[in-house]
Amino acid sequence: MKLTVEELHKLYASGQAKPSDICRTALDLIEKDHERLNAFITIDREGAAQRAAAMDSDIQEAIKRKPLAGVPIALKDNLCTEGIRTTCASRILGNYVPPYTATAVKKLEEAGAIIVGKTNLDEFAMGGSTENSAFGPARNPWNEEYVPGGSSGGSAVTVAAGHVPVSIGSDTGGSIRQPASFCGVVGMKPTYGRVSRYGLVAFASSLDQIGPLATNVRDAARVLQVIAGHDRYDSTSANVSVPDYLNALTGDIKGLKVGVPPECFGEGLDAEVREKVESAIRKLEERGAQIVKVSLPHTKYVIAVYYIIATAEASSNLARYDGVRYGFRAEEARTLSEMYRRTRNGGFGDEVKRRIMLGTFALSSGYYDAYYEKAQRVRQMLVNDFTEAFSECDVIAMPTAPTPPFKIGEKSHDPLAMYLIDIFTVTINLAGVPAISVPCGQSSAGLPIGLQLIGNYFDESRLLNAAYAYEQGR
Amino acid sequence: MPITQSEVEKIAELANLELTAEEKQSFSVQLAAIIEYIDQLNELDTSAVKPWQHRSAGEMISSDVTREDLVEPSLGQQKAVEQAPDHDDGQFLVPRVIGG
Repeated sequence: MKLTVEELHKLYASGQAKPSDICRTALDLIEKDHERLNAFITIDREGAAQRAAAMDSDIQEAIKRKPLAGVPIALKDNLCTEGIRTTCASRILGNYVPPYTATAVKKLEEAGAIIVGKTNLDEFAMGGSTENSAFGPARNPWNEEYVPGGSSGGSAVTVAAGHVPVSIGSDTGGSIRQPASFCGVVGMKPTYGRVSRYGLVAFASSLDQIGPLATNVRDAARVLQVIAGHDRYDSTSANVSVPDYLNALTGDIKGLKVGVPPECFGEGLDAEVREKVESAIRKLEERGAQIVKVSLPHTKYVIAVYYIIATAEASSNLARYDGVRYGFRAEEARTLSEMYRRTRNGGFGDEVKRRIMLGTFALSSGYYDAYYEKAQRVRQMLVNDFTEAFSECDVIAMPTAPTPPFKIGEKSHDPLAMYLIDIFTVTINLAGVPAISVPCGQSSAGLPIGLQLIGNYFDESRLLNAAYAYEQGR
Repeated sequence: MPITQSEVEKIAELANLELTAEEKQSFSVQLAAIIEYIDQLNELDTSAVKPWQHRSAGEMISSDVTREDLVEPSLGQQKAVEQAPDHDDGQFLVPRVIGG
């Protein structure tokens, strides 16, 4: 099913299809591919069929009022869904069924979207390959020997494979954009605070943000429109107005200043990625954009900063998994503290334990100033770099990832090598600005490459339009 | 900076993790490599910069996050405990806390 949301709505408008038919098709495709791609942790055929059937009679009216009426959608399995198991790809959550629904998901449902299932991810969103899943790795639909990226790997796979037009991911250090790049789809991380995080299982609270994945920029804009906005249940969600994102997509970028930081095109960048991204930047210029040089002088330090701050926050956020209130509990512990320790050691996978350890170290007495506080100072320097860069340009262009997708198993035994893939994505979360990955070609091995465009705070309209203009002229 | 096994044990204790001997070994090697990489931050003079702090709603916009303190319906006791591995009569059951 390679349909955009607008094409799907045309089918509904003409009476050629009903939500039940579309959902059945989507679920048939998902189930057919399940063994090959492992994109889903939970497929909710029965629930989706019920939700779709309830919309069948009214769909021609609903599409006029609801931007996602009858649109099948897949959710990353770290978004709470009342009544549908939410695992975070972790053994420690077991068969946890949340008693409430995330705000973003509620908004999607109110806009008419039909949840078809929960997608595979790196455990607690910690990873860049969807190999760290208690449910086994997801695979890249372009070539199953390769990773789909991560941590929102399943959400990227299901859109790339044509199961559903749109999906939802979360992005703490690139977890929407990098899998979008690896799977050849569009993926966007909004400004920190643009979308409520209520009901998103917390990994690193100062970095986490929910966002859309889609086959094209218009659909991504449409989904962002639905999920954006202030939420009284998330005090970090911004109380600022949400513009009309679809209206902003004019494709006109005459005079738009596109900043290109040379620090992001140096050593360590794959030659094919460089060629495709540079050619994409020339396309933006041909369409009227003005290319200017900007500087992000602390780029080489971003991985170090990120892996202190993200793990420190994670070590605190993941303290709640103790076998008392939900999920897995180790058997046969004699005391409470033994139960905590055994539950956590048996319930968490290796990468999660590694990050809890690193974060605990960075926050521990004697190391706090040298690591955690140092990292927060450098984070402020990164923020200053972006403020400076955006005084000279409207959007910034760089690769999403330094390489095309890698093979499953290739980096899984070297955590540091895996972390270095995040160089161009983590800096965006540290600064809090919005960014989008748009497909910009393929490697000689036939695997997708992504162009990353970055916008100023709450300037998603201009960012989306730049991505749209590139997509139109590609 | 090398991380000794006893430091790994201390961190694991702080993190409430009971690591196996094998995990202690592999984590001390891996954490040492990661921390050595992180130590490149020491090249930067950060004395003139204040540590980053969250400004609600990004860097540019401030917002007032206080609200009226009103009583509203919540999950309720039964729903709140029903996902627990062990519960009874609206309470969480855990192993013995004191003594034993």
